[in-house]
Amino acid sequence: MSERVPVLQIGQVLLVSIQIDLDDQSVLALQDDLAAKVVESGAHGVVIDITALDIVDSFVGRMLATVASLSRLLDAQTVVVGMRPAVAITLVELGLSLGGVRTALTLEKGLQVLERAHVSSLGASGPAGAIPDTAAGR
Amino acid sequence: MNGSPDAPRPLDITASAGVVQARQLARALAQECRFSLVEQTKLITAASELARNTLIHGGGGTMTARLVEERGRRGVRLVFSDDGPGITDVELALTDGWTSGGGMGLGLSGSRRLVDDFVLDTTPGRGTAVTVTKWAR
Repeated sequence: MSERVPVLQIGQVLLVSIQIDLDDQSVLALQDDLAAKVVESGAHGVVIDITALDIVDSFVGRMLATVASLSRLLDAQTVVVGMRPAVAITLVELGLSLGGVRTALTLEKGLQVLERAHVSSLGASGPAGAIPDTAAGR
Repeated sequence: MNGSPDAPRPLDITASAGVVQARQLARALAQECRFSLVEQTKLITAASELARNTLIHGGGGTMTARLVEERGRRGVRLVFSDDGPGITDVELALTDGWTSGGGMGLGLSGSRRLVDDFVLDTTPGRGTAVTVTKWAR
């Protein structure tokens, strides 16, 4: 029995908050839903909130990396927020560093990251839009 | 909570719901054993990786979970076994990034780093059993 995770839209941002332990099918369904919703909504940002997850294994980690890459191809940025310290420690030891995935500690900071990235992409007529890389580690 | 502490608890892993249940059972035992949050997270993550291996590479199988006590230490032991094709090149299967199943190739090698004891017993054509133990600090 697969669970569907709701994808919410707030302005130009899609918000997903994973609240339950998802089976692999549901994880893949979420990935597909997000790709479709990015195109359909024209959103410039995606926030994935994993505050409620007490583990992130390689399958969920791969979904996060895939969503980050595919949203980039669809002209949107993805930020993963709310990772627990024990989850970060375990992911690194597992061998997954999620290099291509932007993170922020809280939802609020994640939204700020997206806002800055969006503003700088709009102003790309100036000194070619260097996106401030403040997402990680803050 | 009844029965002796070392009563094994078997679980079928024949669909992806079994992987979710493996995580839940590992979580329950880690909490019973009073693991720290980080130790708990590592054990549950390892259980998830190995249960998925059992399902995908082994074609389904079982996880048997139990609390163990040895030389004054308490821990959780999980045995994942299947009657699948087995592993022909164990060395290769334990290499980071090597995969036969389209995953990330971190299941075996990564979960080995997350536990204290890791025993891989496999016979090509007969099946695979992975036994992992994590001790409470």
